[in-house]
Amino acid sequence: MNDTDRVVFRTATVEDRVDAIQAALDAKGLKASEAVEELGHKAQEEWIPQNGARIVAHAWMDPEFRKRLLANGREAAIEMGFPMPRHHRHLVVLENAPKLQNVICCTLCSCTAFTLIGLPPDWYKDLQYRSRVVRESRTVLRDMGLDLAPDVEIRVWDTTADTRYMVLPERPAHTQGWTEEQLAKIVTRDSLIGVARL
Amino acid sequence: MDGIHDLGGKQGYGPVRYALDATAFHSPWEVRVNALYAHAVRSGIFNMDEYRHAIERMDPRHYLTASYYERSLTGLATLCVEKGVLTREELERRANGVFPLSSPSAAGRGNAAHRECFKPGDRVRVKLDFVPGHIRLPGYIRGKVGTVVGESPAYPFPDAHAHGIHAEDEPTYDVRFHAEDLWPNGCDPALVHVGVFQSYLERAD
Repeated sequence: MNDTDRVVFRTATVEDRVDAIQAALDAKGLKASEAVEELGHKAQEEWIPQNGARIVAHAWMDPEFRKRLLANGREAAIEMGFPMPRHHRHLVVLENAPKLQNVICCTLCSCTAFTLIGLPPDWYKDLQYRSRVVRESRTVLRDMGLDLAPDVEIRVWDTTADTRYMVLPERPAHTQGWTEEQLAKIVTRDSLIGVARL
Repeated sequence: MDGIHDLGGKQGYGPVRYALDATAFHSPWEVRVNALYAHAVRSGIFNMDEYRHAIERMDPRHYLTASYYERSLTGLATLCVEKGVLTREELERRANGVFPLSSPSAAGRGNAAHRECFKPGDRVRVKLDFVPGHIRLPGYIRGKVGTVVGESPAYPFPDAHAHGIHAEDEPTYDVRFHAEDLWPNGCDPALVHVGVFQSYLERAD
């Protein structure tokens, strides 16, 4: 055995790896640190579930907008001031009903309409949700706190192409007379994904 | 490729770790990774299909133990090295340790020679395509029959786009399957919809 065989090669910590690639890209003049500032801000402050919530509240208040939203989600989102990334060429809005629950997922990675729903939560990207929700939807939803009656049909939507999906939850009965602003406040991210009802 | 990423219907992963108000990010480095890969896409260093495929090419043992943003980091670094933007040596020198990267890519492919147009209500069968490169076809629908419920605009064909091969953009169809057809006697009944590229489909009736 020569000396090199005894060298222990330690895997760099993930933070050190991120530092390394950011610094290396900066050194190449690729302005990585500037992008971290700009896109980090967007990801945390601009691409938030309140965007989808405002779209939902508007659809509850305005039946004509609701029609446009269901017919062409992308255009309706733009109308509300929420443009989507270029590669999200299509937004399909899935309307829930008393006997119908839509649920979205991405079994292959983590695709979501993130500019409207927000960057997906950890559980959405975890191996457990991705492997199970298409096959054991009712059980998974129940485990997550949504215990649907047996006669509620479940429709799961696996985001395997560049089409994006967003659930249009039902408006709760107790919100009659509320303003659009009040309504938007009760629409949660998880209801836009379809793992919760309002 | 039939990779570790193709998780739909796999068993044994345990309960969803769900928390109300779960966050997307847990550490500042995760925000940075997310911004860096998006910046690389925006700058034209690589496209989204190349990025997804770079993550799929991770060693399966690494994929399963890495967090989401570590997978993202590995895909980003792999492509920066493969594209000649950075070298592995530079990354490892700066990181002061090993920087795990994904395995090399196999061959991609162009669009199917014969593609059919479908409309809502058409019955379609998912072809038995087994390819070594990138594919956006989850294994759980391969060979299965479903019903078209929607059509989306043409997108770049991922099997080509992830490999720098020229191909025509093609539409995708939202295809509805019955979970009971996908996993007979082994699922909760439901309707499962998958966005399927035109090249992966043939008419069933």
